[in-house]
Amino acid sequence: MAALLLFISVSKKCVKCKEAPAALVIRAGDAYCRLCFKDFFVHKFKAVLGKNRIIFPGEKVLLAVSGGPSSCSMLRQVQEGLSQKANKKLRFVPGIAYIDEGAAIGQSVEERQRTVAELQAVFQATGFPFYILPLEQVLDLPASVVATNPSPSEQPASAYKAAVGHFVETDGSNNFPTPQEPKKMLLPHVQESHTLQQLLGSVKTLTAREELLNTLRQHLLVHTARTEGYSKLMLGDSCTRLAVKLLTSISLGRGAQLAQDTGFSDSRYGDIILVRPMRDYSAKEIAYYNHLFTVPSVVIPSVDTKTVDKASIQRLTESFVTKLQADFPSTVSTIYRLQLHTCFMHISTLNILGTCVLQVFSASCPSLTVKPSTCVTQDQREAAECMYEMVRSRALRPMSAVSVQPGYCCG
Amino acid sequence: MSSPLRGDGGAELLFNGVKKHPVTLPSQSEPWDMKQLLVWIQRNLLKERPELFVQGDSVRPGILVLINDADWELMGELDYQLQDQDNVVFISTLHGG
Repeated sequence: MAALLLFISVSKKCVKCKEAPAALVIRAGDAYCRLCFKDFFVHKFKAVLGKNRIIFPGEKVLLAVSGGPSSCSMLRQVQEGLSQKANKKLRFVPGIAYIDEGAAIGQSVEERQRTVAELQAVFQATGFPFYILPLEQVLDLPASVVATNPSPSEQPASAYKAAVGHFVETDGSNNFPTPQEPKKMLLPHVQESHTLQQLLGSVKTLTAREELLNTLRQHLLVHTARTEGYSKLMLGDSCTRLAVKLLTSISLGRGAQLAQDTGFSDSRYGDIILVRPMRDYSAKEIAYYNHLFTVPSVVIPSVDTKTVDKASIQRLTESFVTKLQADFPSTVSTIYRLQLHTCFMHISTLNILGTCVLQVFSASCPSLTVKPSTCVTQDQREAAECMYEMVRSRALRPMSAVSVQPGYCCG
Repeated sequence: MSSPLRGDGGAELLFNGVKKHPVTLPSQSEPWDMKQLLVWIQRNLLKERPELFVQGDSVRPGILVLINDADWELMGELDYQLQDQDNVVFISTLHGG
């Protein structure tokens, strides 16, 4: 009996330091204690930026912060990174952009200003310059925002090393602007404009509305980055979010954009490169980190808040992924790795796959009933079921067989 | 027996937007476990749409549960027996809360 008890207490120790009691389970069987989890989390952020070598020292980077857990966690990582000692320090110049989407969900001006004030306090505490942009502004943008601007000449791989070397030599002090006064931002005057509401109201389904919002949001961010002189735009999509986005994109017929929609970097705009440094974190890791280390985040309802599973394709996909994830803990990482395969698929294959994937989602959720669509043939159905099986069987396979531990494979 | 409950990440929207709920559970002969607590929450605290919080016996997938700042997976999930002054947190990781 004593031996048994001992075994139980040992199994609840952290897998990393093997001393402190574990506080959370990240992947199946990997229990971490509080401090080891923090190191793991912080290290992963710098590792992913270091590995990809996209952000150069001294470069201006705009962080898109929605107030949600993932982007707020990203903001905290940047803050931590900039305050580190020289050899581990992040070396770019950040700014923050927040889009106030209150109009899209029918919030009153007072509600919107309350949210903005709450976020403003968070942003001011960071000392970074920040921009608060009402979504209405997107309607006044020039058409040129969607154009691809020529990117600055391709830099060879050695350029990054040289730039870092130069930066370290000059101690970084020359490249960095002196810590500037945070830009004074008054609460932007929100006009009672109904154009945006009309636009969104004319869209019949929630699926299309979410897609439209996504597009408008992205355009406004890219435009702001351009006009304010930023060359990189950091988005806070987590691994879980991207897995959902990937399957949603396939279902919506956005297969051709899949690689750019969900990859680490997206260069479709040419001069502004979108970067997703949070893509190695699951929603669970982020939620725990934010809770344990009191990262402030603001809950802002979105168009799909409190909706049922079948309300939109995005919602359906999310419920499919989270339900599968509950039983098979490596579902998300498997789907996420599917991205590499889908990049090489032909667009028509992807589109057919989309129709089928949707059907399989619906079929796999017992609580959902779905009418079989007439456009899907037996072959297509089988193809989709194959894919579903692939996701499931990979999810069942032990982690170690599928991937290397992220975050510890690079210097 | 009393313990503070907390909802976060949008989970509080189902509880009238209130994040913190100090609760006192009625005493019973057997100790309270998480399974019973979820039923109790559903009956006494949940303001709307119970299916967005609980599914079957457990919480809806995508809602995390922390007992005294530790993952409930480490504590035996539904079978965990609540102690006096336990701190239980529910965090929604679902998009839009």
